[in-house]
Amino acid sequence: MSAKTVITSFVLASALSSALVSIAAAGPLSSAEVEAAKAAKKEKCFGVALKGMNDCAAGPGTTCQGTSTKDFQGNSWKFVAGGTCTSITTPDGKHGSLTAM
Amino acid sequence: MQPDLFRTPPAGGDYAAAFSATLLKPGREAPTLICGPAGKAAAKRFAVYRNNVTVSLIDALAAVYPAVQRITGGEFFRAMARFHVRETPPSSPLLFEYGRDFPAFIAHYPYAGAMPWLADVARVERAWLDAYHAADTAPLGASDLARAPSERLPVLVFSPHPTTRLLRSSYAAVTIFAANRTDGPIEEIDASEAEDALITRPDSEVVVRRLAPGQFEFLSALMAGQELGKATEAAIGAHSDFDIGMALMTLIESGACTSATCGENT
Amino acid sequence: MTTELTAIADRTSSAPRFPAPSVAGLAGTSCKPQHLQAILAGPKPRGFFEVHAENYMGAGGPPHRALEAIRRDHSISLHGVCMSIGAPQPLDRAHLARFRALVQRYEPALVSEHLAWSTHGNTFFNDLLPLPYTEATLATVCDHLDEAQEAIGRPLLLENPSTYVLYRESSMSETDFIRAVVRRAGCGLLLDVNNVYVSATNHGFSAAQYLADFPLEAVGEIHLAGHAEQTDDEDGPLLIDSHDRPVADAVWALFESVVVRAPAIPTLIEWDGEIPEWSRLQAEAAAAQSILDRAGLDARRSHAA
Repeated sequence: MSAKTVITSFVLASALSSALVSIAAAGPLSSAEVEAAKAAKKEKCFGVALKGMNDCAAGPGTTCQGTSTKDFQGNSWKFVAGGTCTSITTPDGKHGSLTAM
Repeated sequence: MQPDLFRTPPAGGDYAAAFSATLLKPGREAPTLICGPAGKAAAKRFAVYRNNVTVSLIDALAAVYPAVQRITGGEFFRAMARFHVRETPPSSPLLFEYGRDFPAFIAHYPYAGAMPWLADVARVERAWLDAYHAADTAPLGASDLARAPSERLPVLVFSPHPTTRLLRSSYAAVTIFAANRTDGPIEEIDASEAEDALITRPDSEVVVRRLAPGQFEFLSALMAGQELGKATEAAIGAHSDFDIGMALMTLIESGACTSATCGENT
Repeated sequence: MTTELTAIADRTSSAPRFPAPSVAGLAGTSCKPQHLQAILAGPKPRGFFEVHAENYMGAGGPPHRALEAIRRDHSISLHGVCMSIGAPQPLDRAHLARFRALVQRYEPALVSEHLAWSTHGNTFFNDLLPLPYTEATLATVCDHLDEAQEAIGRPLLLENPSTYVLYRESSMSETDFIRAVVRRAGCGLLLDVNNVYVSATNHGFSAAQYLADFPLEAVGEIHLAGHAEQTDDEDGPLLIDSHDRPVADAVWALFESVVVRAPAIPTLIEWDGEIPEWSRLQAEAAAAQSILDRAGLDARRSHAA
């Protein structure tokens, strides 16, 4: 091992042993981790119920979704803000917006 | 009896090419190779196929990107997805592989410009689905790592678990993702805080973790095959307050790797 | 010195062996993840389950856990939805290899695909698109079936499609085409009675005559499903194979007419959209089962007499 190595086996061994002890004791997490764990737990329901994506059924038949040439140009199309984006603040202080530019 | 209307000589055209040229191009006429019974018009009939293709592929993107859809609302999402479907239809028959180019598309979609974090949320969702379908292999556990000889820990090299994905965002992509993958109420989210994500599936459930400072550098180095000592140095170099004990806990609890070797160059 | 630390248990190493009871004369249903808990928790249904092969072509994860759990107690039918057998271009070898691996892993009682195409060039359209019925397409379909059956090591059941358009260049009827395919490729058939009704309505031919012309002796599975009603270019009826509602009365009647002629064909209720409660889907399967049981009883009686 080179002399320049900052990280010694001693540092790593003590870090590892304290990590192993913490895991064994399921010790207290930092608040960020508690939150992350909660978010991760919420994910569980979705995972189990995820439906298969390949199907052999026909879709909506003679609607216009596959045939419409109407595209979203400028203000010719008003988006309806039906989503949660308005509660997410953007870095410059503005809220998310779905109106056409 | 089925109608006997097949008297026209074979057109000689390639039916699959004729369909393909028009299925995702609504401005074009239906192929001339087809008709309704007794030779009647079939434009509306052909539209059934156009709808099936377009709508089912939009639905496929909605299934891969449920948080993006919740954020934008259904109408915006389907409009955005339709652009992408027409521009970049799938190349694999496995729909869970579809939409890899969608985050990059979102990043350049002008109407999503007010949501600069949206593409990163999509990247988390794509990684989530990849982890969901990745191979089943038992992750390296705490007891496995406890057997490592302590004097050789600096040269320990890890093999990534097939489900492991690391993502770096300039925005709060993990927080936005987690809040929008459920139907729960949404509180105000400050999107401006940069977040790193670790996605794994230690057992049957995909877990998305927000990483503490330096953990992204640490885990990226380990997953690239660097030794534990070097990876720790890289993390400390990036963040002086890097906590190696916490990082090792994340490594073990997340199941991010399957095995570790040391001492190959003794 | 090399120290290797490897996780001790490898879940993938022990390949499960599955029971293989006959599915003859049984009614089954689509297997939907929404119903998984109810299926595993409830009393064991008598029938079988069908899954779409492509949804289990990932390397691992929850889909395989679910299918393993189902397969431990039930026979399954593996139904491919995008092999693109009816395309002019060659089959996707990588896809055939994935299909083969699934057949080997889950030992399905039934394996089927569609008389349709879905990939052209490098683009997958995710729909069961129609093909003209000509000598040229017949040769291609038979070649593709040979290759697919060789790859998976067993005969495929080929399903008749729902179609919305006809090709001017077709030189034979769908039933003539299908009879020729069976003769040349040695495949079996999956008779989708709803598809017969949908296509017959859409193109103005007799569903009963179609079924009379259909080679029932080659049929290894029957499909039943619901359809939506819309209108065509001239406001005539146009039925859509939507799989999102109960089986129509007219389709039940056609099914009964088939079952009288061929009593013990395993029959599946497909339901892919607007998925109902598991009990509702089970009720559809029970209706099919009672028709199968009645026909089976009649057949045994007339055999004894």
